[in-house]
Formats: sequence, structure tokens, C-alpha cells
Amino acid sequence: MIQVEHLTKRYGLHTAVDDMSFEVQKGEVLGFLGPNGAGKTTTMRILSGFFPATEGRAVVAGFDVFKQPLEVKRRVGYLPENPPLYGEMSVNAYLRFVANIKGVDRGQVGSRLEEVKIRCGLGEEGPRLIKQLSKGFKQRVGIAQALIHDPEVLILDEPTIGLDPRQIIEVRELIKNLAGNHTVILSTHILPEVSMTCQRVIIINNGKIVAVDTPENLTGQLAGGETLELEIGGSVDNIVALLEEIPDVKSVSVGEPQNDHSPVTVETEGAKTVRHLVAQKVIASGLELYQLRTRSISLEEVFVQLTTEEEAKEEVVEGEEE
Amino acid sequence: MRNFLAMMTKDLHNLFVSPIAYVLIGVFFALSGYFFYMILVNVIEFTMQQVFQAQQFGTATPPFDASAAVMRGFFSVLSTLLLFLVPVMTMGVLAEEKKQGTIELLLTSPLTHLQLILGKFAALVVLLLVMLVPTMFNSLLLYFLSEPAPPLATLLVGYLGAFLLGGALLATGLFVSSLTENQIVAAVITFGVFIVLWVIDATAGTGTTLTSETLRYLSILNHYDDFTKGVLDSQHLVFYLSFIFLGLFLTSVSLDSSNWRQ
Repeated sequence: MIQVEHLTKRYGLHTAVDDMSFEVQKGEVLGFLGPNGAGKTTTMRILSGFFPATEGRAVVAGFDVFKQPLEVKRRVGYLPENPPLYGEMSVNAYLRFVANIKGVDRGQVGSRLEEVKIRCGLGEEGPRLIKQLSKGFKQRVGIAQALIHDPEVLILDEPTIGLDPRQIIEVRELIKNLAGNHTVILSTHILPEVSMTCQRVIIINNGKIVAVDTPENLTGQLAGGETLELEIGGSVDNIVALLEEIPDVKSVSVGEPQNDHSPVTVETEGAKTVRHLVAQKVIASGLELYQLRTRSISLEEVFVQLTTEEEAKEEVVEGEEE
Repeated sequence: MRNFLAMMTKDLHNLFVSPIAYVLIGVFFALSGYFFYMILVNVIEFTMQQVFQAQQFGTATPPFDASAAVMRGFFSVLSTLLLFLVPVMTMGVLAEEKKQGTIELLLTSPLTHLQLILGKFAALVVLLLVMLVPTMFNSLLLYFLSEPAPPLATLLVGYLGAFLLGGALLATGLFVSSLTENQIVAAVITFGVFIVLWVIDATAGTGTTLTSETLRYLSILNHYDDFTKGVLDSQHLVFYLSFIFLGLFLTSVSLDSSNWRQ
């Protein structure tokens, strides 16, 4: 549904998007993840036809974004970072205007209007002026605007920003329901959002793709082992040596004791778990085991790891050049 | 056509729900009415003096077309008011779309630049008509009550001139509004450009060199003069229409280029 090949966007000397290539299948929900200024918005603006790329090619819904922009724009719904609203208009008047310029069939404008209002939870808000709405409702009007012409492709730039937790859940549900019939690209820097809504994640940093995978694989792949957190009572003087005897245990560290309980962190490597061995060892040595749990690596950590690794590499390269 | 109409309706809606349109119309009516009255009084006093002098010295009254003088004065007042008010009419039209980010909606919709710009321009022209047409009341007073009445064609040609002048100023203002996202900056620059267009013939002097003739030709007010006299000359028509075309064309170029730069 979306093919992006060697997309590059430069502003003067600054390269916002650097040789990016990826594909999105029909009905898929793809998440763009990256720190602020990574190039998420720029990529989305190029795909929605807001401005052209410096180099490269993007095909959306079968049409080249640069050669047939009008055809692409007819098939894309786009929610920019700041919802593009006219405060002085009522929700109905605004959505009607958008339906007209998006080319919704004249006879269907009314029914589309009602449908998106219900879908976005705006049923009662039709006659209200947009400027009087709360931030959350404004965001919903923004999403309704992107949906009004029932586009094949939806591009949502930070769709849940500024919403309260309940609204965030509603918007995520909405996006999940859109999957299948619509192809969705959404950007965010809220990581749980990606694992909840997206089938695939692209992590972007400094305009380059750092990783592409499913949220599950990304968290698994980088971990390559487990981190165990133990709480042990008694004397932990020998614990490090004791636990390091177990094969596959990489490192053991002991924290400050609290109420005679010492927190111990065990890092393991390899695919097989050694949790039971750790527990046996602790108990066999006469210590009290209060807690043992695995800490699964979160997408946050993957993200930080990937984006800082990239920076570290770049620093090295720069150092060599000097 | 549908896109154009949607765009125009939206802009009209935004103009008329904000107080700006009403303030503009109110100020325009109040000032044009006041100046019409002043001119009328002045011309009547002047005519009376002429008649008195002629009676005192027993000479014939010099020929003087009082109603034409009133209309010329009134049309020149209209042009001055437009000079001051058009920058306020156009300042937000594109600048505000940029500032609010709604330009992203417009430029990612299946809307050509032509439809977008013509829609916006048409909304401004409607506002201009709402301002100009009711002032015809003043001239119609003159038409029905003065003796001899000014020919209706003269009045209509004068209004056509005011309308074309307004259109040319609106197109210029629209272009300036596309250059910035700050309304005030847009208004001030537009006003500056108008002043230059207004006084450009003063720098030209009376020479017959190519430069001074070109400068005189560029003066936006020179072309208005004949209209106020009731003379319809195609060269002035062409001047204003090409001026409008140029303004809209530059707006389109500016939209394109800001696309490439951003």
C-alpha cells in the first residue's frame, strides 16, 4: 500500500530524512518511533503530499506522491501534529468543509459526517464552536477530519498527544478498529502505545531507520537473556561467588540492604532460563529467598539503547575523522 | 468548481464571524459617508461663490459641472480608504492559515493551488463588494436629486474603477499574506507596497524618458483617474486585470516555493 524508496529531505545543510526505505502492507498499522526531531513529521508530511522530498520516491495507494499528488491526496487522511482546525467554525461546518475539499460525493456528505462523528465520539458536539472544545475533543475533531473521506491510508502524527488517559484508550481502540480496512501510519514517542496498537515498528533516529520489526521481536531480540531481580534475607557476603557458579550467569550485583533484605540483580545470557537454578542455590545455602522475578526489557529500553548506540557510533566516527 | 466554492464559503464564513469584517465595513461606511458630505458641502459653497461673483460683477457664470466634481472627489476618497483598509482585509488570509497550521489541511487535500487561491480571492472580492455597493446610495442621491443629474454611465464607470482598483490591491495583499505567518507583518508590508505604488509617479517627474514613463505607467492611481471622470479606457482595464493576474500568480509561486523550502 505504501512503498518508500531512498527518501531524503534536506533543509539547506540539515538532513531531516536520510535515505529512508520501507514498505507498509494493506491493512497494517505501522508505528513510527523516535525522539523529537528524528524526522517522523517530515516523513509523514512527504507521504501526505504536503511537501516534496529532495530525493527518492514514495508510492501511496498505487500513485506516486510527486507525480500524481491529487490522486494520493484523495486517498490519504492526514492528521498533523497540531490538528488543523478553524476555531471560529462549528464542528459540523468544519467537517462539511473538509468533506467538500476532500471530494466526498455530494450526496454522501451528510451520512459521512454523522458516521465520523459517532466513530470519534463527537455525536453531541456538532453545533459547538471548535474553539470552545477541550483539547481532547479538538484532537477528536482532528481525527474525524482525517477519516471523513474514508481514506485507504491514514497518516496520524502523534494522535494521542494531549489526551487524558481514558481518551487515549479510546483513540487506541479507534485505531485498532481501523486496521484491516485502512492502512495506518502513526508516530508517537509514547512507547506502550506502539506495542498496543502497531503490528510493526520503525525506530527512527537522526533521519535514519534504526530498526524495523514487530514490537515483540524488538524487545526479545535485544534482550538475549534475562535480568533476574531477587530479594534475599541473611548474609549476602558470598552470594556473588555462589551465583556466578551457575552456567550462563553473566553478572551478579548486590544493592543496599533494606530491612535486612538485600536486592540482588542477576544478568544471564543464553536462551535457556536458569531461574530455578538460582532459586535452588539461594535456598541450599541457607539464605531466605523473598522474591525472584524476571525483568523483561521494555520497549523504552530498546529505544534508548538503539538511539544512544547510534549516537555513540557517530561520535566514534567523528573522533576518527579528527 | 466545488473546491473553489467550498474554499470561498469557508473564507467568507471566517471573515464574517470575526469582528474584522464588521469593523472594516463600519469604518468604510462612516468615513465614505462623512467625506461625501464634506465634498458636497464644499462644492455647493464653491458654486454659490461663483454665482455670487458672477452676479456682483455682472459676468456670466463660468461653466462648472458640480455633480461631476462631487463624484470625482468621492471616488478619490474611496481609493484612499481602500489604500488604508485593504491591508487589513488581506493580512490574515494566508498568514493565519500558516500560523494555525490549517495550511497543512489545505495543501494535503485534493485541491489545486488555483482553486485555493481563487477561492480566497473571491471571498475577498465579495467583502469588497459588500463595502462598495452600499456607498452607491450616495451617488444615487446625486443622480436623483441634482440638476443636471450626472449621467448614470459615469457613475457606473467610476464604480467599476473603484472595484478594479480594489481587486488589484486585494491581489497584492493576498500575495504579501502568503509570504509570512504574521498578520501584522503582512499588513505593514502590504501598506508599504501600496504607498510605493501610489507615489511611484512622483519620482518619475514629467520627463519623457522610458524610465519615467514606465514609472508613471506603474502608478496604480494614474489609471484610476480616467475612471473617476467617467472615461472607460481599455488600457486601464488591461492594467488592472493584469495587475490582479500578477498578484494571484505570485501568490501561487510563493505557495509552491514555501512548499519546497519548509
